[in-house]
Amino acid sequence: MKKVLCLALALCLLFAVLSGCKKTDNEESYFTVAIAQDLDDTLDPHLVVAAGTKEVMFNVFEGLLKPTPEGNLVPAVCSSYTVDGTKYTFTLRDGIKFHNGRPVTAEDVVYSITRCRDGGYVSAFSNISEVKGEGNTVTITLKEPMVEFAAYLTCAIIPRDYADQATAPIGTGPYKFVSRSAQENVILQAFDDYWGAKPKIRNIRLRIIENGDSLLMSLKSGAVDMASHLTSTQVKGLGDGFDIVQGNMNLVQALYLNNVRAPFDDIRVRQALSYAIDKHEIINHVFDGYGSPLGSSMYPAFSKYFLPELTDYYKTDVQKARDLLKEAGYENLSFRITVPSNYQPHMDTATVIVEQLKRAGINASIEPVEWETWVSRVYSGRDFETTVVGFDASTMTARALLERFGSANGKNFIGYKSEKYDELLKKALAEYDDAKQTEYFKAMERDLTENAANVYIQDLADLVAVRKGVSGVRFYPIYVLDLSGLEYEGK
Amino acid sequence: MRYALGKLGTFLVTMFLVSALTFVAFAVIPGDPATAKLGTEATPEQLEALRQEMGLNEPLPVRYLKWVAGFFSGDLGTSYKYNTPVGELLGPKLRVTLALSLMSFFLIVVIALPVGLFAAGVENKTVLGIGSAVNQLLMAVPPFFTGIILTWVFSLTLHLFIHGDFPSMDSNLPGALHYLFYAAVAIAIPRIAMTVRMMKSTADGEEKKDYVRTVYSKGAAKSLVMAGHILKNAVPPIVSFLAQTLAEIIAASIVVEQVFAIPGLGRFLVSSISGRDYPVVEAIVVIIAFWVVLAGTLADLINLAIDPRLRKGDKR
Repeated sequence: MKKVLCLALALCLLFAVLSGCKKTDNEESYFTVAIAQDLDDTLDPHLVVAAGTKEVMFNVFEGLLKPTPEGNLVPAVCSSYTVDGTKYTFTLRDGIKFHNGRPVTAEDVVYSITRCRDGGYVSAFSNISEVKGEGNTVTITLKEPMVEFAAYLTCAIIPRDYADQATAPIGTGPYKFVSRSAQENVILQAFDDYWGAKPKIRNIRLRIIENGDSLLMSLKSGAVDMASHLTSTQVKGLGDGFDIVQGNMNLVQALYLNNVRAPFDDIRVRQALSYAIDKHEIINHVFDGYGSPLGSSMYPAFSKYFLPELTDYYKTDVQKARDLLKEAGYENLSFRITVPSNYQPHMDTATVIVEQLKRAGINASIEPVEWETWVSRVYSGRDFETTVVGFDASTMTARALLERFGSANGKNFIGYKSEKYDELLKKALAEYDDAKQTEYFKAMERDLTENAANVYIQDLADLVAVRKGVSGVRFYPIYVLDLSGLEYEGK
Repeated sequence: MRYALGKLGTFLVTMFLVSALTFVAFAVIPGDPATAKLGTEATPEQLEALRQEMGLNEPLPVRYLKWVAGFFSGDLGTSYKYNTPVGELLGPKLRVTLALSLMSFFLIVVIALPVGLFAAGVENKTVLGIGSAVNQLLMAVPPFFTGIILTWVFSLTLHLFIHGDFPSMDSNLPGALHYLFYAAVAIAIPRIAMTVRMMKSTADGEEKKDYVRTVYSKGAAKSLVMAGHILKNAVPPIVSFLAQTLAEIIAASIVVEQVFAIPGLGRFLVSSISGRDYPVVEAIVVIIAFWVVLAGTLADLINLAIDPRLRKGDKR
């Protein structure tokens, strides 16, 4: 009898636990977006480095100007501005407020710009000789004229008298930051006093889900309403509860070559690799045809600078590759491809490259490394032969992609050295005329291709799954996740 | 008393070795917190300044001693990545993992012990054959796979829980426990199978011993022999085995937390290692080491209480 009672009690308990999950309705409803990396960085917009953090905080912060999906810059914190040679004059937007309700003043703008200049957070700001604020006007005077200066003015404007930016940030964007729970979620809420079009979805919860299987199951179970950066395989397994929107990741994926280390210091070897690797085959086989082939360090979203004719500059030709290697004296070439193993697309690409190189008699092997190891050894230490990764642009300028290959640049981890390139870079940076500057940048792209600096592959496709009934996913030429345009259809 | 002192000594040495080894391991593997934090856009000057700020330029022993001193004064340091005190970050995670581990352990004990007892008495060849095949299969299923199957059945098909929507333990404790239940099952299944097999083989081993034959020859019934004699002698190894299980559950939870997207210690440990967030990793490693040592000590104490033979050693 006692035993029966015990069992009954245990069953009751189990049932109580099992039924405890019925959704409580007193919670406000959230639109849930899955992200693969936690915002485990400082949230201070001037100090943040993690791409995943910047991507999300795009919704919280704005600069004097902000980018549009089309790649233009439009006034944000300012309502209008004029340029007179080296003098930029901004009129602050009427009634614009920070998320804590305080109006934005000229002093806040001066503080933000000065902080970025003095801290070295925006290197282009070293060209600023003076920032002045008066009433609702801010003037910035440059030492030398700079065509693309406006692109850097997307630098976030933050309140000058607020100390907790690193953990509880305050900006002027369409969403305000509510809370962050490590490894769990980040909560954003529509900002009622936003100056522009108010977001249609009020509460957003970003859930951190690193595991690919778990992400798929969370989408299917209804826990997650939207996820970006999916692979074509993941998308196939989703079923029909979701719309798939395709954009570009806006990064230059390539087999980056250590140009100072033999045999890659020989242009014939680099060209041979370019002839041996078939980027179209990679895109078709690994990525189901999603992805834009590239031929230089520029992606199509920068339509002004992109040169489509470079894409197939080296048309796949295995015999030519063999001939070039023979000529260079490297007939039995073998080398390592170091790949950050947490990036599956790069790993997959490297796997196909190894097979393709075999056809040309080249023996390559993959060395998978952790991301932190990649940063310290390959990127900072420049201790590698070749590597597959992707580079994006930190600001909306061609310079952000091309400057790193200048021979004196600290970020030139491939050790690229071309006198012509350095010369063009110098001219481009000193040029005041936009059309002429564009021509210089294009010439630099050609230089990279002609010298086969790297084996360029593609700009990866960015596949976004959104629950049916929700629209408004927008893609930008830079790596951001704009949530402010989302809306429920028919509401 | 001497026993307790000895245990305490072992405990301190273990904790020292574990925490020191973690420090050394981090010094050996490539990548440092400064590059991890600043990424690919950092200049050498910025890196150097950050290393200085983080105290990374000091020699390893000094850093370790500073950490130990902080630890004993209750200061676990500040996470490099989150800019938040480690204690504040770990509190909620610890609760989740503790609940998950205890729930798994509860399931293991509640299911494995009766089944094991039953299995120990079974002599039918066919039943034994089927039983051991099923057992073998359950033992071999990795928790992450069980996790996917459980999700498929209970979340995607039966809609009993929403995979990926772990409720907060503060505002919805029953919901959180309910969610954890499925993860606990995934952890428990292979370990239940192991425990059952272990109990069966211990009982079988005892049954062949001389004293059992003597009891039988005195005419005792089978069930009496089982309950009164064999089991009594089989208890100490089972207790030790369960203590080991308690320690292993933590390792399994690292995997299962990923599969179920549960914000626990294990998942946090993995991300902190790849982010080179030493203060967080050190704290988690110490917590886990403490847990493991505690499980072992508990097992020893329980065995000591039930087995008089072990106690003799203390008097010598």
